Amino acid sequence: MTEYEPVIGLEIHAELMTNSKMFCGCKVVDSVEAEPNTAVCPVCLGMPGMLPVINRKAIEYAMRVALALNCTIQHHNIFARKNYFYPDLPKAYQITQYELPLGRQGWLDIDLESGESKRIRIRRVHMEEDTGKLTHLDGGGSLVDYNRSGVPLLEIVSEPDIRSGEEARAYAMKIRQILRYLGVNAGDLEKGVFRVEPNISLRPVGSGEFGNRTELKNLNSFKSLADGTAFEIARQTAVLNSGGQVIQETRGWHDTKRITFSQRVKEEAEDYRYFAEPDLPPLYIDDAWIERVRADLPELPEAKIGRYQAEYGLSAYDAGVLAEEKEVAGWFETAVAAGGAPKSLANWISNNLFQLMNESKQAITDIKVKPEMLAELVGMVKKQTINNNTAAAVLAEMFVSGETASSIVAAKGLAQISDEAALVDIIEQVLDANPDSVAAYLGGKEKLRGWFVGQVMKATRGKANPGLVNKLLVEALEEQE
Amino acid sequence: MSELTLKDVERIAHLARLQLTDEEKAAYLGQLTAVLDYAAVLNELDLEGVPPSPHAVAQQNIMRDDVIEPSLPIEDTLHNAPQQADNQFLIQSVLDE
Repeated sequence: MTEYEPVIGLEIHAELMTNSKMFCGCKVVDSVEAEPNTAVCPVCLGMPGMLPVINRKAIEYAMRVALALNCTIQHHNIFARKNYFYPDLPKAYQITQYELPLGRQGWLDIDLESGESKRIRIRRVHMEEDTGKLTHLDGGGSLVDYNRSGVPLLEIVSEPDIRSGEEARAYAMKIRQILRYLGVNAGDLEKGVFRVEPNISLRPVGSGEFGNRTELKNLNSFKSLADGTAFEIARQTAVLNSGGQVIQETRGWHDTKRITFSQRVKEEAEDYRYFAEPDLPPLYIDDAWIERVRADLPELPEAKIGRYQAEYGLSAYDAGVLAEEKEVAGWFETAVAAGGAPKSLANWISNNLFQLMNESKQAITDIKVKPEMLAELVGMVKKQTINNNTAAAVLAEMFVSGETASSIVAAKGLAQISDEAALVDIIEQVLDANPDSVAAYLGGKEKLRGWFVGQVMKATRGKANPGLVNKLLVEALEEQE
Repeated sequence: MSELTLKDVERIAHLARLQLTDEEKAAYLGQLTAVLDYAAVLNELDLEGVPPSPHAVAQQNIMRDDVIEPSLPIEDTLHNAPQQADNQFLIQSVLDE
């Protein structure tokens, strides 16, 4: 039986988070929540005689992405009309870029589960406008909302370098992470502001030819992307192994049945009759503009992860967890700047703080604990003002009340007891009250030491310095012998 | 340039969603051929090394700042809609071709 190799390329569409639309001043609104047709004007409704004008910010956002994806920026940019009829496209053409995309020949390294890294080449990054939204009615007929019509849309096309559903997911997730770091896209797949469409084909291993491909749509999560791609690979393999031919078509992903189904067969090449958009003069991006945008690029996740390891001595895993989202990374860095020890901060954030956030379903930008407050708490543990257990309880309280660690510790008298004389007194009381256990310990049951420590902690309501208790307890027990 | 055929006219009409009678097809074949012939004179020029010029006007980089302008009132937006429902344009069912 022939061995087949999947050949997968990804097309990603991402709406840009500008204030206004690509070619008019209408507000970019949440297309799911906004009242229908409230953010539209003659330009984005495709009224005759209206003229589009390019949103400079959208071009800069597109440049950010192209640069972050290591693309060469095209100096001469021409917009083109892509002509087709569909009710969500009121002009009957979409303004896009065709022969001269804004960015070309980029690449992105993705991390595979094996721990290896793989480079995916990026063919092009170009600017276009989004279409309106159709809602199909059960009884027939469709409703059209043009709020989304004309929203700046970025298309990112990879080369067919992807070989599995997992790679497709890793690539798409990394693109989304970069877009979010760049502050140009919200990354919400459910709402369709970030849409991923893989092109999937198979070829015999070693062959340089491409087989017939299918294009997969309706992928509203990264899991659907991975599963849908894997399903298509298995389906096409079965078709070829049974002597059949893969039909070139668009297939939809059925999220509950977890299968793909035929949506539209492409019998002939589509004819969009691209031609230069006469209403938009050429856009020339000079080197000075490119360098200005490049200089303003934020530090990207990969660079952050490297720096966290080198500068702060974090593990690759911890660095990755903190750099996953820009907001968390920024929070962590502010806490470090406030004097917190980076490694301790990393532990407290990725364990206790994340747990508290999960439980209360809050984002790091919403919580009452500020970075400086965690830095203070970590400092108090380091100075042994409070022990780890107390600190966890204090953090939980800070999370609810927004009070600082020092004020909670002071108000509740939680400061750790490191006064040797006081601890010796308490230890004596514990030993006096438990003569049987002391005898058992002295008889060889050394495990009881932990129990004695527990009793002392209980007597001090958790405030005793555990290291000191251990030391003093051993001394006290030795004296009993 | 190869000769324009009736098949080309039918294809163009289909792309434009136009239904043409045989007489119209014949008439447009003649007219479209004349348009192409008119432009074909450019093929006589030696354009080796001349970059394509997609626009006749020597303008570039006309842009606007990312500022929100007022949108239309919903009554105006839907004013010409033959049918409407829920503040949206109501159209016949769309099925993929």
